[in-house]
Amino acid sequence: MSTLTPSRAVFLVARREFTTKVRTRSFLWGTLVIVAVLAGYVLLQTVLLDRADRDTVALNGQATVLAEPLKQTAKSFGREVDTVDVADVAAAEERVRAGEVDALVSGAPDALRVVVKDRLNDDLRNAIDLIVRQQVLDAQLAEAGVDPVEAARDLDRAKVDVVALQPEDSQQGQRLAIGLVIAALLYYSLLVYGTMVAQGVVEEKSSRVVEILLATLRPWQLLLGKVIGLGLVGLLQLLLIGGIGLVLSSVSGVIDVTAVAGGALATGVLWYLLGFFLYATVFAAAASLVSRQEELQSVLTPISMAIVVAFVVGINLMIQDASDTLVAVLSMLPPFAPILMPGRMAMGVAPAWQVLVAIVLAIAAVAAITWLGGKVYANAVLRTGARVKLRDVLR
Amino acid sequence: MAQGVLEIDRVSKRYGEVVALRDMTFDVRAGELFGFVGSNGAGKTTTMRIALGVLAADAGEVRWNGAPVTLETRRRIGYMPEERGLYPKMKVLDQLVYLAELHGMSTNDAHRSAENWVARLGLRDRRGDEVQKLSLGNQQRVQLAAALVHEPDVLVLDEPFSGLDPVAVDVMSNVLREKASAGVPVVFSSHQLDLVERLCDRVGIVRSGSLVASGTVDELRAGGAVELVVDAPQAPPAWADALPGVHAVTARGSRFVLELAPDADDQAVLHAALATGPVREFTRQRPSLTELFRSVVTEERDS
Repeated sequence: MSTLTPSRAVFLVARREFTTKVRTRSFLWGTLVIVAVLAGYVLLQTVLLDRADRDTVALNGQATVLAEPLKQTAKSFGREVDTVDVADVAAAEERVRAGEVDALVSGAPDALRVVVKDRLNDDLRNAIDLIVRQQVLDAQLAEAGVDPVEAARDLDRAKVDVVALQPEDSQQGQRLAIGLVIAALLYYSLLVYGTMVAQGVVEEKSSRVVEILLATLRPWQLLLGKVIGLGLVGLLQLLLIGGIGLVLSSVSGVIDVTAVAGGALATGVLWYLLGFFLYATVFAAAASLVSRQEELQSVLTPISMAIVVAFVVGINLMIQDASDTLVAVLSMLPPFAPILMPGRMAMGVAPAWQVLVAIVLAIAAVAAITWLGGKVYANAVLRTGARVKLRDVLR
Repeated sequence: MAQGVLEIDRVSKRYGEVVALRDMTFDVRAGELFGFVGSNGAGKTTTMRIALGVLAADAGEVRWNGAPVTLETRRRIGYMPEERGLYPKMKVLDQLVYLAELHGMSTNDAHRSAENWVARLGLRDRRGDEVQKLSLGNQQRVQLAAALVHEPDVLVLDEPFSGLDPVAVDVMSNVLREKASAGVPVVFSSHQLDLVERLCDRVGIVRSGSLVASGTVDELRAGGAVELVVDAPQAPPAWADALPGVHAVTARGSRFVLELAPDADDQAVLHAALATGPVREFTRQRPSLTELFRSVVTEERDS
């Protein structure tokens, strides 16, 4: 009756880790909070996007005829203008003061007076300037006997031809945003779930349950089960957050490159798996050196620092220039690859060979780290009391 | 080839300069309760941890049914470590099911067995509680259930009685007795020597990493001196001094404690006592395990 195959042993451990963690309140609330933050961010973006390039202009007296030309001209500068006609200048000035209206335009079309709260934004100023000039020009053209409408048509036709040698990707900004979000999600997942593995190891050590477990399990079975179980919890959360984020942002129209974002999520999952196996084993090995949760921080700090540095430095370099040689090299090296490479892939700046090199290096590193970390773990996990020295367990 | 026997054969272990075990040797047979006693740091826990494979021996062997213990056979051992070990935030029943499964039971059998032991050990009301919310005594019961839940063929329990109330001690004793009757070799360590004396078929006394005495409590006593307690109110103080085979006499009021040589005739002493007048009490006293243990520990200090 005592038949426990190694795979069933690993499965049992992984199942326990998964079910106990997924059932905790912290998992539920953690996921909800992140989704809420993400939703809030998307909402803010939508509102800001809407608000930022939309002005309301009040027109008084003769200036009311400028409503259409103003809208047209502003549009050519990339701004939306709503106009309202007002009769009472004093009341309108109050509304400007209150911020309900961005500008009040009054006076004759060739000598306009603009009232604003603090300053007139450049696009609006240019648009109004242009209209005034146009009015003056039209008047002078009419005086000189030229038809202003015909002149305007001729003027419209006069344009330069632009030949772009390296046309800019119109989706560059969005791709950068997606890349950053993916990098941030991976950073969060690796750090949180890596730490969780470490806490689990110390919990078993400090509660001494590990002694019962290792009377029936090999250390590698316990370690592997723990890493797989918690890794799946992290994956579930990543997919939940990523999936909800994707749906939210495409529905709200913040991004219109859903395919790119979906692809980024898929590569994110691949890199999460590689990164998690890389870091989780190191976290577990480090945690097996100490016996109490209070001592844990001291051994985890160097590992967390590696992830934080990879994220902070990598992100900064990526924002400046994602094709930079330094970023390219970093994104291929195992400690940084899980955070930087998916970001660069989402931005579409990582050539296939670099991705391949990064994956091969990462798999090699996972194999080496699993062997080494497993050895440290197996030797240290039953030693309680004082902190175990690394060189003692590597012998 | 021995059947149903757990053998510890010349096991040695050093921690750096400190010798923890030196040729530790004993065996526990099927259906036997073996009490493992010794002062703190004598090597009881180290022996048990080596038997369970959580610690590697420097030399020697642990055998089950004549073959060296492997991970497979080790799964058939029920183990209660000295430092209690359970997941503090896991529910009692879930925890037992998990441990049963880890020892090779199918999920259904594991559930059945966990429910059974929870009920037997009086934990039914607590089965849905986190272990850390239980009292220490109840945690101890869960720990016992954890050692028993996979219906082991051998039981190795380190200090199973420490921290238990008298009712729980009875429950624990009954369970161990019952397991032994079912043919399971049971070895446990304890400092409660009266309990060991009452419960165990055989006892092993450990000193400085070796077994210095082992056998049934009667066998252990056989080597010790015999004491007679005589209550003779009218006897003069020196009445027994000249009797043959009497080594020492201590008087406490009218009661005399006489230390006899192993071959001395106690009936001669009784006649001498009756000659002085009435005798209210005449008891042949055998040393308790506690006294035997003390003498062993004293030898240790002397040597």
